[in-house]
Amino acid sequence: MGLLSKKDAKLITDPLADNNPITIQVLGICSALAITAELKASIVMAIAVMFVLAMGNVVISLMRNIIPPKIRIIVQLVVVAALVIIVDLVLKAYAYELSKTLSVFVGLIITNCIIMGRFEAFALANGPWQSFLDGIGNAAGYGLILIIVGFFRELLGSGTLLGFKVLGDPIEKTGVYAYGYENNGFMLLAPMALIVLGIIIWVQRSRNTALIEEH
Amino acid sequence: MEHLELFFKSIFIDNMVFATFLGMCSFLAVSKKVSTAVGLGAAVIFVLAITVPLNWLLDQYILQPGALTWLGPEYADYDLSFLSFILFIATIATMVQLVEIVVEKFSPALYNSLGIFLPLIAVNCAILGGSLFMQSREIPSLGLAVTYGVGSGIGWFLAILAIAAIREKIRYSNVPPPLRGLGITFITTGLMAIGFMSFGGMLTGGDEEAAAKPKKQVIQMNGDENKKKIELKENSVTEEKENTTALNE
Repeated sequence: MGLLSKKDAKLITDPLADNNPITIQVLGICSALAITAELKASIVMAIAVMFVLAMGNVVISLMRNIIPPKIRIIVQLVVVAALVIIVDLVLKAYAYELSKTLSVFVGLIITNCIIMGRFEAFALANGPWQSFLDGIGNAAGYGLILIIVGFFRELLGSGTLLGFKVLGDPIEKTGVYAYGYENNGFMLLAPMALIVLGIIIWVQRSRNTALIEEH
Repeated sequence: MEHLELFFKSIFIDNMVFATFLGMCSFLAVSKKVSTAVGLGAAVIFVLAITVPLNWLLDQYILQPGALTWLGPEYADYDLSFLSFILFIATIATMVQLVEIVVEKFSPALYNSLGIFLPLIAVNCAILGGSLFMQSREIPSLGLAVTYGVGSGIGWFLAILAIAAIREKIRYSNVPPPLRGLGITFITTGLMAIGFMSFGGMLTGGDEEAAAKPKKQVIQMNGDENKKKIELKENSVTEEKENTTALNE
């Protein structure tokens, strides 16, 4: 961290806690809920978003003085769409099973509000290096929440982490299952992701009371 | 008949908000008052009803593998589906812009009430999601694409209307301070999503409701007949299936 000035380092650390894109800025919720049933999918999605956001931020920042204001949104959409196509093709080539799990949600990175949100709020007004760091920081904050939700959902829902059976074998009744523990299959279904996110927000705002809303 | 089935399926069973979580950002941001929620919901129905059929045409005649054969037989091998994302989002952005211009010209009152939401909708994941699901589920005809678009829009509209109504009332409740606002909305939406899961048995008839119940009760059932029904039902939770078939052995 010696080569980053204090201001630059803040660009990375702020979104990890106090300015988290999902829990504070309320962006990027859609994919955070839908694909977090497996930890592996969450990690891959976080990396994909980091690539698109960082590269996109740099490109938009380099072009920021030549984009006509009227077609700003269209230009941003084209840049993001091109980057997402690259991500999609790479996933299909090197991780076909995972691309099937993520299905349409890779395409939905295009409309992921974090990306458009950071383009508008940061890349259009700042230089390429800062934009790159901002992209990395926000994607890291997003990835952190995704990984936390994915961790709990996979652990409590199927007793595995990244595919490894960490709580014992449910069929042979070894490990924790010998004491009568059962997987909470409900955790793998969509609504629990919302409730887990609600609990994460509860914890975060209890620790930092400045973030509490009026109602 | 299949129109009616697809219509109800896209409103209740594959509800855009509760089953696949599309459009959550604007769902959470705009649902503080019922009046704004109604405006945004109506705009979403409108835009989905226009863009899904248009993207279906695009997919059918340009993007699908072998779709370009109408230009000439030598184009039969072309597979342009990798361009889907760019073309879909371009259609959506253009249509939204066009709709905004038309509405502003012909109905200024309507424009004033929902005009501010229209640019926001172009980047709403629900719209792009509608087109992408239409493509991945291979909807076979234009009429069905329209039905799917309208149905999905109505499902989204129902969801945002319900959560806005609840949020208006919950302001008078004694919610713990860290949960106020965003936190309690997430939890409420989660509970509503659980409620909407009850529609899962709607189109499969009464005798398969056993297969639609959550995992806990499914394990207690024996017999090959139930096992077959469980396997026939479209189930997104594949781990449960593996566990039940293993336990039934």
